[in-house]
Amino acid sequence: MNSFFERKYIIQGIFIAAALLLALRLFYLQIVDDSYLLSANNNVLRKVVVYPARGVILDRTGKILVQNEPVYDLMVTPREVKPFDTLALCELIGIDKEGFDKRFQKAVGFSPYRASIFEKQLSSQTYARLQEMLYQFRGFYVQNRTVRSYPDSVAAQFLGYINEVTEKDIERSNNFYRPGDYIGVSGVERAYEELLRGQRGVQNLMVDAFNRPKGHFMDGKYDTLAVAGEGLVSSLDLEMQKLAEKFMKNKRGSVVAIEPSTGEILAFVSTPSYDPNMMVGRERGNNYMKLLNDPNKPMFIRPIQAQYPPGSVFKVVSALVSQQAGMIEEHTRYNCPGGYSYGGGRGFMRCTHVHGTIDLPAAIQGSCNTYFGHVYARMLDQRKMKAAQAYGLWREAIMKFGIAQDLGVDLPNEKKGLLPTANFYTKRYGNDKWGSGFNISNSIGQGEVEITTLQMANIMAIVANRGFYYRPHLIKSIGEKKIVKPEFIEKLPVGVEQRYFEPVIEGMSRVVKYNANIRIPGIEMCGKTGTAQNPHGKHHSVFFAFAPRVNPKIAIAVFVENVGYGATYAAPIASMMVEKYLKDTISMSKAVQDRVLKESNLIVPEPPKEPVKETITMVKKTKSAEDNVTYISHSQRAILERWD
Amino acid sequence: MNQTKKIYGGSLDWVTVFIWFTLCIIGWFNIRAAVFDPAHASLVSLSTNYGKQFIYIVTCLLVAGAIMIIDGKFYNYVSPILYGITLILLVVVLIVGRNVGGNQAWIPIGTFRLQPSEFAKLGSCLLLARYLSSHSNKTPNFKTLILGAQILLVPIVLILLQPDTGSALTFFALALVFYREGYLSGQFLAFSLICIILFILTLLFSQWYIIGVLAILCAIGAYLFKRSRKALPSAIILFVASSLFVLSVDFAYEHILQSHQRNRIDVILGKIDDPRGQGYNLNQSKIAIGSGQLFGKGYLQGTQTKYNFVPEQSTDFIFCTVGEEWGFVGSMFVVLLYLGLLLRITQIAERQRSAFARIYGYGVACIFFFHFFINIGMTVGIVPVIGIPLPFLSYGGSSLLSFTMLLFILLKFDANRKGVV
Repeated sequence: MNSFFERKYIIQGIFIAAALLLALRLFYLQIVDDSYLLSANNNVLRKVVVYPARGVILDRTGKILVQNEPVYDLMVTPREVKPFDTLALCELIGIDKEGFDKRFQKAVGFSPYRASIFEKQLSSQTYARLQEMLYQFRGFYVQNRTVRSYPDSVAAQFLGYINEVTEKDIERSNNFYRPGDYIGVSGVERAYEELLRGQRGVQNLMVDAFNRPKGHFMDGKYDTLAVAGEGLVSSLDLEMQKLAEKFMKNKRGSVVAIEPSTGEILAFVSTPSYDPNMMVGRERGNNYMKLLNDPNKPMFIRPIQAQYPPGSVFKVVSALVSQQAGMIEEHTRYNCPGGYSYGGGRGFMRCTHVHGTIDLPAAIQGSCNTYFGHVYARMLDQRKMKAAQAYGLWREAIMKFGIAQDLGVDLPNEKKGLLPTANFYTKRYGNDKWGSGFNISNSIGQGEVEITTLQMANIMAIVANRGFYYRPHLIKSIGEKKIVKPEFIEKLPVGVEQRYFEPVIEGMSRVVKYNANIRIPGIEMCGKTGTAQNPHGKHHSVFFAFAPRVNPKIAIAVFVENVGYGATYAAPIASMMVEKYLKDTISMSKAVQDRVLKESNLIVPEPPKEPVKETITMVKKTKSAEDNVTYISHSQRAILERWD
Repeated sequence: MNQTKKIYGGSLDWVTVFIWFTLCIIGWFNIRAAVFDPAHASLVSLSTNYGKQFIYIVTCLLVAGAIMIIDGKFYNYVSPILYGITLILLVVVLIVGRNVGGNQAWIPIGTFRLQPSEFAKLGSCLLLARYLSSHSNKTPNFKTLILGAQILLVPIVLILLQPDTGSALTFFALALVFYREGYLSGQFLAFSLICIILFILTLLFSQWYIIGVLAILCAIGAYLFKRSRKALPSAIILFVASSLFVLSVDFAYEHILQSHQRNRIDVILGKIDDPRGQGYNLNQSKIAIGSGQLFGKGYLQGTQTKYNFVPEQSTDFIFCTVGEEWGFVGSMFVVLLYLGLLLRITQIAERQRSAFARIYGYGVACIFFFHFFINIGMTVGIVPVIGIPLPFLSYGGSSLLSFTMLLFILLKFDANRKGVV
């Protein structure tokens, strides 16, 4: 105890003041200011998106059409990057300093705080090397995901491809997608995107100061699992598809084969094609541009997008609806003097032959233009009503066969084809006083009528079924539960009674029966050839058929552009496909097979866009029965491409 | 019998012992949390810091017991020798010391490392108490102050040579002892405070602004006290002195302080905003403590400390673990424990009959206070980063042992205060 005793209070006061200062500071840091918790979480939390495996697509027999292969994306969060040996990283992933700067700037441009892709799709070897060094590169981490892989490189246009989402995709999806995600752009990948993509998972990983993962935040309480996309079973038959693609190699055209009893598409070929594996991997961008600029348009999905005048197949439909309308019957006969004259003799639509007086099966067999000219005239002019109205009824009946409308195939961007309305003609001629003579070429599937290969194959399925069809589709069932879309099991009648099919089928049966080249031993195939004239080069070769006649198993349409007559390519290809499908062999003569398979390139450069439609007269040329080329004349009108 | 009881606990200040033990245990648990690795979760393992700390705590218990047995007079007599030994160790460390983190502060002994600067505090404190107590009957004079200060100056210089600025600064806290004993006046404390404020202001603002403001303040002061004859001259002297101080601050700042020290000050003052570089430690420390919020993240749940975001987390930044895992509640508990300890020590010091024990007691309080305030102040960002441990909490055998010895020697004095020390 001495005289400065009271100073004890000053000293204790200093202690208390200091403790109070610390307490206030702690109060501010821990209670008032919330930002530190956020910073701590930002420090330690890495949201790692777990990408689900996209659904695998199998063929109808369970063979793989598309599967997944793992790749690794190098991600970067610019704000977390600390100075490091950039050169080492560049060497590891095989880029140069310039490329590094570019990528980094891009990442900064996207967001300094959020992770974005620095380098895409590293191989597993690169990934293995990188993984060891990754702790040196703060702010970088690797995210694995899968890419598509196509073991047989087939069915490119059917399968389509996936691509990184665009800003628009993200917007449209209400931000479901994030930059760097993939989305189906065409084909099945797009049509079934929502099933195939699966569900993203998120892992909340905790990392230490060196960015090394240390486990899951809250023991994974906030983690979500990735749910793999649904697997799809395609209706395609891989063997058939491969065979058809082999046949169609070096040719331009399409093949569609349908199982009539289900509407399942067995083969779906569009050539020129491309290897779907080109649309995957680091070279994807270059390949895509290459394909896009290819004058042969390999990305064009010909079976559903290329529209042609239907030609012969239209006669089949015409025969059916006219019978149903009661305007003709099996034994209705017309005389074919080598052509059909109309408009009081002012117009003449030539036929390939002088068929004489023939009935309906013979008219189908001979593809008689004259006969169907008469049929069309009856349908329009002799129904005790105005031609425009009769045309409307006729059109309605025709459309039931899937012409000029979406068939509803499960692929995007299907084209409708074309069958003008009555109004179209009323407008064109200024009044409704027109009749069959004004558009007689419609009777034989020329003129304004257009159709896709898929629709053509579907008409064959309708004929095979004798009056109904199922929506042609490419996906047989979805997921493990084998769900079938309800619209694909809905039976769609075409409004023509079964009995009216027999005369037509009889005619088609004869076509094959009397052609040794395409006849299949032991199987009664019903089909028809067609040849379409192409004013810019060689004719297009067409064949459509179904088989067997009783209890049909397959309906097919083959279209080969610019290769000459129907019998040269389309018919043998269809015949071989049918035989392969039904008997699993090919008995076609080696010579024909070799001709079909020959390596030489039959792809003629596409003509320049839409030439002027002003030509009036066409020349007629006759060859053999199945090599019919029709030339018609009509006032003020011409046809670009036609089939008989 | 009665005598034994006094020695072994009868008059032992159990409150202090309780606080001491609590702090040691809190320290041990938090060191465990700071270096926790689920793969090696055993409680006591010599390969881990908390395993070692456990050994240190046990050692400290034994040492504390030993201190209580030894006669209190012993420390008075032995203080010059102890002081001498610590000075020798401080010289030795400069020759054979291990350089860790830029400071040559450790003497390796087997697997352990001795930090002489920690024990220098004890030696200096004892000798200062002895010296000042020997003059306690006289009126405090300047000569005694200077000689007393010299006792501290020698270890300060030796420690600065390591260079361990933090430990050296600790000795300045003993100024409060001089104040308590009357060698320094209240004005001196106020003057020191003003100097610190001026120092900070000068770094924040242009020195000419400050001199301008000072001129105005002095003019106002002179006017208010115009009745006093001394007012004007004092005001002028004050103005000139403070202006010179302000002018010298910049010079000292630029030329005497090392660049990393300048940076640490700049970070605190907000002149450097570089949370990833210069300010990384402080920023991560604040994040750790701030993210604890009211109740903390729970024991072993602190991500900042567990995942090494906070540097030196088991030694100088141990308070981050407390703040992060135990929140405001836990932090305040620790702060209050320290405040309780400090107040208790001053209480104990004041009740000593001998001047030696009293002065020593204040010495202990000052050293603890400095460590407590600077260390926690550093982790929460109100004091520049100065690398000194938090007594009893920070990992480290030397500091724990020297702090324990400091405390228990006082408790020994207190236990037999009724006797003559």
